[in-house]
Amino acid sequence: MFLRRIVLLAALAAAAGCSGIEPWVKPYERQNFADPIMAADRNPIATSYLNHVFEAREGARGALASHGGGCGCN
Amino acid sequence: MARLVIPFALAAITAAAALLALPQARAAVLPDDRADVLYHRYEGGGVTVDGPSLLVRKKFAESYSVSANYYVDMVSSASIDVLTTASPYEETRKQGSLALDALNGKTQYSVSFTNSDENDYTANTASFDLSQELFGDLTTLSLGFSRGWDEVRKRGDAEFEEPVDRRSYRLGLSQIVTPTLMLGFAFETITDEGFLNNPYRSVRYLDAENPAGFAFQPEVYPSTRTSNAAALNARWFLPYRAVAHGEYRWYTDTWGIDGHTVRLGYTHPLGERWVLEGGYRWYDQSSADFYADLFPRRDAQNFLARDKELSTFTSHMLSIGATYELGASRWSFIKRSTVNLFYDRMRFDYDDFRNILEGGAPGAEPLYGFDANVYRVFVSAWF
Repeated sequence: MFLRRIVLLAALAAAAGCSGIEPWVKPYERQNFADPIMAADRNPIATSYLNHVFEAREGARGALASHGGGCGCN
Repeated sequence: MARLVIPFALAAITAAAALLALPQARAAVLPDDRADVLYHRYEGGGVTVDGPSLLVRKKFAESYSVSANYYVDMVSSASIDVLTTASPYEETRKQGSLALDALNGKTQYSVSFTNSDENDYTANTASFDLSQELFGDLTTLSLGFSRGWDEVRKRGDAEFEEPVDRRSYRLGLSQIVTPTLMLGFAFETITDEGFLNNPYRSVRYLDAENPAGFAFQPEVYPSTRTSNAAALNARWFLPYRAVAHGEYRWYTDTWGIDGHTVRLGYTHPLGERWVLEGGYRWYDQSSADFYADLFPRRDAQNFLARDKELSTFTSHMLSIGATYELGASRWSFIKRSTVNLFYDRMRFDYDDFRNILEGGAPGAEPLYGFDANVYRVFVSAWF
């Protein structure tokens, strides 16, 4: 049920994308987002390793932008 | 196992072929071509895990990018669990991943397959992700699904072989809010079904007939688990070219664990060649409903756990890192390259997991806690 709602919301958001909302941050104002230090994941190989450490040592999991693989902690 | 993996491999090849058949469209931005070689090391709580990781990513035919990762964990464990009920051991886990990304207009598709193998556990995971830019490219919506087929084995018991079926559903949203602020949201539901406990770990219970006052029996976990995690993060570009970022993650699952994570970080370029980073992470969780450090008797309840990762605990992590941009390479095909060193210091304090190696009356031993050092040293090259 919950997942169905998420898919519906995603579909609504995608449909809204076709209706042409005026971007309030203009393309020429976005140079900061092109700076490498602003990248959400500048070093994927190092981030995925640290996420693996968290998943092996903590009960929580998910929403970490990594998935799959074993644990090495049996 | 082969019955499960072979149909998946065919499905993955079909999906990859479908991606390759997408009409060629205006290229937006695929990740850069790069290669990374990393050495990782974790030391803490009597456990040392180290090894290499290699990641190579290459674009082709303008709209496609392929990446491959090879990763090794070499584990040497004399953790408190192992010292309590077993003998120290060493093992190696090897993991390989292959991913294909395709770009079609403002939509990026990705399929990937990961195989992880160690002497008592095999994991296969297939993933499909897509992301779409919306609202004048200020918003990026992403959706993902993974399916995993694991096989749990047990050293010294050739007959022991149990499956685990895993599924993950992901939703992500990133939003440019102002010329200096980006917000992100991630939600993930994970369901597991199968043999979810550790075949070696035991729980302890009060036993007046034992000289120590307690005895051990194997763990018993439920055969299903569903978890939900939601994360909200912000990245703020500061006026003097630096970035401050923060994240909060909420977690809950059907085993009764509730978790909270707060993370703060700061990235600061220094001159033309250095980028310095620092951060702090706080994590806190409640225990699983069926966790206890000491059960009142043998078979005290249907499900039994004494895994400290399912106990109530808090952890803190301090991080520092430095990236140094190397000068011109003697190989002309390398555009730029960096050397990187990251160090993390972690502290774990358990509220209801006792250090029975220290002795004391059953249930009154000192609470357990430990420090861990995490090192990541790597070289990156863009070509």
